[in-house]
Amino acid sequence: MTTATAEIAAPAARRWSAALRPAEWQLVLPLALAYAAFFLVPLVLLILVSFFDDEKITTMGGAQWTKFLGDRFTWKVIADTLKLGVFTVAATSLIGVPVALVYLGASARWQGVILFVVILPLLTSVVVRTFAWIVILGREGVINQTVLWLGLSPAPLRLLQTEHGLVIALTQIEMPLLLLPLLSVMSRMDPNLRDASSALGASKWRTLFRVTLPLSLPGLVAGCMLVFASSTTAFISQLVIGGNRLVYLPLLIWQQSLVVYNWPLASAAALTLLVSVGLGVAAIAAVGRRGHAWALR
Amino acid sequence: MTGTRGHTLDIVAVTHRYGAVTAVADVSLAVRAGEIVALLGPSGCGKTTLLRVVAGFVRPQAGSVRIDGAAIDGLPANLRNVGIVFQNYALFPHMTVAQNVAYGLEARGRPRAEVRRTVETFLDVVRLGDFRDRLPRQLSGGQQQRVALARALAVEPTVLLLDEPFNALDKGLRLDMQIEIKRLQRQFGLTAILVTHDQDEAMSVADRIAVMNHGRVEQFDTPVNVYDRPATLFVSGFVGTTNLLRGRALEAKNGCAVVTLDAGARLTVRTERAFTAGVPVVLSARPEQLCLYTAPAPERWSVTRRLSVPLGPNTMHDLETRDGATLKLIEPRHAYGVDAKEEVWCGLRPEAEPGLFDASSI
Repeated sequence: MTTATAEIAAPAARRWSAALRPAEWQLVLPLALAYAAFFLVPLVLLILVSFFDDEKITTMGGAQWTKFLGDRFTWKVIADTLKLGVFTVAATSLIGVPVALVYLGASARWQGVILFVVILPLLTSVVVRTFAWIVILGREGVINQTVLWLGLSPAPLRLLQTEHGLVIALTQIEMPLLLLPLLSVMSRMDPNLRDASSALGASKWRTLFRVTLPLSLPGLVAGCMLVFASSTTAFISQLVIGGNRLVYLPLLIWQQSLVVYNWPLASAAALTLLVSVGLGVAAIAAVGRRGHAWALR
Repeated sequence: MTGTRGHTLDIVAVTHRYGAVTAVADVSLAVRAGEIVALLGPSGCGKTTLLRVVAGFVRPQAGSVRIDGAAIDGLPANLRNVGIVFQNYALFPHMTVAQNVAYGLEARGRPRAEVRRTVETFLDVVRLGDFRDRLPRQLSGGQQQRVALARALAVEPTVLLLDEPFNALDKGLRLDMQIEIKRLQRQFGLTAILVTHDQDEAMSVADRIAVMNHGRVEQFDTPVNVYDRPATLFVSGFVGTTNLLRGRALEAKNGCAVVTLDAGARLTVRTERAFTAGVPVVLSARPEQLCLYTAPAPERWSVTRRLSVPLGPNTMHDLETRDGATLKLIEPRHAYGVDAKEEVWCGLRPEAEPGLFDASSI
């Protein structure tokens, strides 16, 4: 009887030990623990806190959520935040894709130069970059001086504390996030594919739209996702260039948590930001899949 | 279907440099209509650059490419109507087999019905009709290559360019594909250029071979002539296996030269080249041009046998001469053979015509 049980148990134990060989799962442990401690636990706390009615966090209830989501101002802020993300994604793509194509056609030395210029924004602090944009976009800034000198406008343009100005600055600040995935996918593309297309009689434009762009789409989609997630949550740039006139979800969270000290409402706003950015990223992924299917047709 | 008649291709004095490196140096080749020419040479000899010049991917610094006598140097690649099959096939990974084959026809703005008909025709030609809706990654290497061929042939190119097309295939499949390409090239009467570093491939597929080295064409001749009558020492070493024996020319007249080998023999060799007496020379003899003897003679030299291995119906002997050179010798596997302990002498077969070159050309 005991021997029979042992015989049945042995293969199961072997399978069990094979599935969880210590050497392999132990390697994941540090990262898994860090994620649990610094991501999962705070997230659970955030959800819990959002379900308290009072600022002292004593009575549970959904009052803050109804207050937050019932306010029309909240929905305007959500819409503005998503709109900012969409505009930044559009602007970075419109500039980034041609830059990537120039990179693709450049010699090895110029590729190095372009890559350096692309990465440069990442090497400077966000604060420095943002203040630099104030100098450029301000009333007496470089852009306005040029515009006045050329006589394009009778008075200085208002760029600071406007959505346009913020999108212009974010386009430069977020550009590396778009270009790095795009360039990595593009430079892995077999150069013979473009030659094959051209030898088959395709013009440069046909090659671009039928071969190069469809095959770079995964990189473009990844870059757009990063830019969207990063620009909608770019608190410092939004605050410094947008000022208090332009309210986005990150500013709302900051006001509620560190100015008003209403943590339940701040938590609700933070979760709203998380969900809306997540939905935006999912939408970009869906558009990317559509685009891929379209390219395959 | 069988209508496309071959076109002549003339490469005239083409030179191309990458920076300080001369990839192609003053190369001229006249390819006849319906002929398949192999560009054979080691990597970096300029053969691929020359192919890219013909395709229009590279603008050469000097020289001209002519199809049917008309220069096409001003035309970009997409207007040259040249078919090309790449080493890695370069199939569009996001398109099905049928879409790949249709690509060139659509680029030319052919009507949909005609495109569909032509695609079906060429998929049948390469026997891939059942695979039309597969993606390239779902095909084997041989099938991918047939798609690449169908795609290149569907646009009825004037010239077919093949860039090491058999490299990625395993050995068994390689011969099948070589036969397939030869069959299609004959069927369509295509003028074709095959770039390869594999001499067997060049010999079996090509009508003529241009052996290239350091950007120059060393010899442009039929496969048999390239093998039997190599024009230069490089060709004799690159095409087939050869043994190099150093010596001096004593006299050369009436198409014959008398040579003393450092290995210790005095030979008379047929050659059309002139050598001044006393000049150092190299005798290039193929393994099957040598023979083992059990008795000495003035035209034989003493060798020691290091190894003998059976190679199919033959035996390959690895020999060492008195002056330290190693030789490979292939002879039919005799029932008797030479005893391993016996002293042996090596000499030329009576009918052999080895190459004789100036030693300064090494």
